[in-house]
Amino acid sequence: MADISIREVRKSYGNDEVVHGVNLEIESGEFVVILGPSGCGKSTLLRMIAGLEDISSGEIAIADKVVNALEPRERGCAMVFQNYALYPHMSVADNIGYALKVAGMPKAERAEKVRQVASSVGLEEFLDRRPGALSGGQRQRVAMARAIIREPQVFLFDEPLSNLDAKLRVQMRHEIRRIHNRVRATSVFVTHDQHEGMTLADRMVIMNKGTIDQVGTPEQVYNAPATAYVAGFIGSPAMNFLGGQLSARHGAVMLENGAMLPVDARLAQAMDGQLVQIGVRPEALTLCQPGTGSLTATFEFYEELGSEGLHHLKIEDVPFSVLSETKMRLEEGTEIGVIIPQEALHIFGAETGRRIDTAGTARIGVMA
Amino acid sequence: MRRAYFKNNWIAALVVAPQLLIIFIFFYWPSSQALYWAFTLEQPWGGGNEWVGLENFIFLLSDDRYWHSVRISVIYALATTALAMGMALILALFADRQLRGYKSFRIGLIWPYAVAAPAIGLAFRFIFNPSAGVASYLNYAFPDLWNPVMNGSHAMTMVIIAGAWKQVSYSFIFFLAGLQAIPRSLTEAAAMDGARPLRRMLDVQLPLLTPTFFFLLVINITDSFTDSFGIVDTMTSGGPARATNLMVYKIYEDGFRGLDYSGAAAQSIILMVLVIALTFIQFRYIERRVHYT
Repeated sequence: MADISIREVRKSYGNDEVVHGVNLEIESGEFVVILGPSGCGKSTLLRMIAGLEDISSGEIAIADKVVNALEPRERGCAMVFQNYALYPHMSVADNIGYALKVAGMPKAERAEKVRQVASSVGLEEFLDRRPGALSGGQRQRVAMARAIIREPQVFLFDEPLSNLDAKLRVQMRHEIRRIHNRVRATSVFVTHDQHEGMTLADRMVIMNKGTIDQVGTPEQVYNAPATAYVAGFIGSPAMNFLGGQLSARHGAVMLENGAMLPVDARLAQAMDGQLVQIGVRPEALTLCQPGTGSLTATFEFYEELGSEGLHHLKIEDVPFSVLSETKMRLEEGTEIGVIIPQEALHIFGAETGRRIDTAGTARIGVMA
Repeated sequence: MRRAYFKNNWIAALVVAPQLLIIFIFFYWPSSQALYWAFTLEQPWGGGNEWVGLENFIFLLSDDRYWHSVRISVIYALATTALAMGMALILALFADRQLRGYKSFRIGLIWPYAVAAPAIGLAFRFIFNPSAGVASYLNYAFPDLWNPVMNGSHAMTMVIIAGAWKQVSYSFIFFLAGLQAIPRSLTEAAAMDGARPLRRMLDVQLPLLTPTFFFLLVINITDSFTDSFGIVDTMTSGGPARATNLMVYKIYEDGFRGLDYSGAAAQSIILMVLVIALTFIQFRYIERRVHYT
């Protein structure tokens, strides 16, 4: 068990800085998911924790011990790699037991331990096989077993599920959570898949272009995204965005097409004239007769999702979608009204992209 | 894979003809000629020959000098192969660690491959000259410490070093490519598993290099049997007292100096069979066991 403390960590390759001063506290036993698109620096951050990548500046401490200068083997972390990184010339048993062999554990004891761990992930029948003779899911399990057997203080996962097919991915996701609940080691899980993030995380860290946009529980991130970027990244189907301006006189956001969306009067007062981006989630909206709702849109096309229908609309050429159980298959170009409840509005500064809450201040960066 | 098809067969024939011609003139024709001569007794200045069956071979195989040449050729082949591959592997392992300046090293290490054997021979003859440079100082301090002109094993050592030096770059390229083909995440996984660099090398990198290793073993041994002529000719001319008279050089010497065309032809047939057999054994029985998926 160990907490991880990341302080002002930066990483540059030559003159190219890819991680810009990240601060993050991870508590002992916590499952933290670092989520972000490819190239946002999330894997680099993970590899810096592991010790596979030098830290350009700043400090990383594991269990209150600064590890910047320590080799990977001295940090007490185990890592599951995206491509599993199994040793192709060793049997499954040797793969799992390699760390113990390096540590000098006697053969008999090692074999016993390997058997225990292998059976805990359902691999006991495959111990003599080479990784080449295993399926993707089985390889994934070997990689997990290889990490578990070391009883590490910290588990690091570098997009471990992205090479699996959809069904197996969900299965392994559950298995990883189950293992975490049993072992309770501090875990850091890097992924670009928001579903993995939402389902696995105690807390999520959303990264964007080398900085952390938000830290919070999955609910916090979904309900109160700190930036327009986070708002657009989390949630499926993605959030709708419309440009507008706060108006104290109307107590509302005036959209570019002239429509008014009422907001908290104090907010409109405090930031009169402020250009904003408003975000609304497709699932928070309702369709209605044209002219009766908050605004009017034209119908584009319809997607059937089974329990619900996804209605693709356009408001002045800006795409806009509504997810509802009421399914409306309309002609392309038909006018339709949309009801936007006031509490569903997320307001972001048009330039900063930061969330503007009712107190009229931009909420910055991290909310722990 | 895409294949090219020719509508007119004669165009295809025209395209491959130069290559076929070269192979025919420089390989099949001489080989078949050697095969014929090996079973006849050729007159030194031309003008007819006599069929003698296996007599040339029987004479060779009962000749102590021939067996001596075979023995030192095997020593030369094993020693140059071990030395060249050992050096190449060490250099490749370091180049692969991407220490400072490895890129210029990499290019520098590939260059010697482009140098012709006689040039290498001349350069090393100069370096190992017992009466000049470093060796002359050593000989002044310890008389007769280094004298390849008189001492057979010194001469052999010298030829082996030059031969190995020539082979290093070829093996280096392949070892480095082999090492770079090993996914980085494997060595990283080993590092996470607690293995230090040396341990990672022994447990992960070297085992995964075995296919490359055996390929190079075949190429190097074959090369050192057949390709040592330029070095021997420029450095020792087979001497002193036939101490470096390797099989390939002996063929030349017996044939073109001694004008024993038939004996030389028989020797080249034996060498050819030996090389074919070696290659066959290595590819058939050894390489098959060292593949991973």
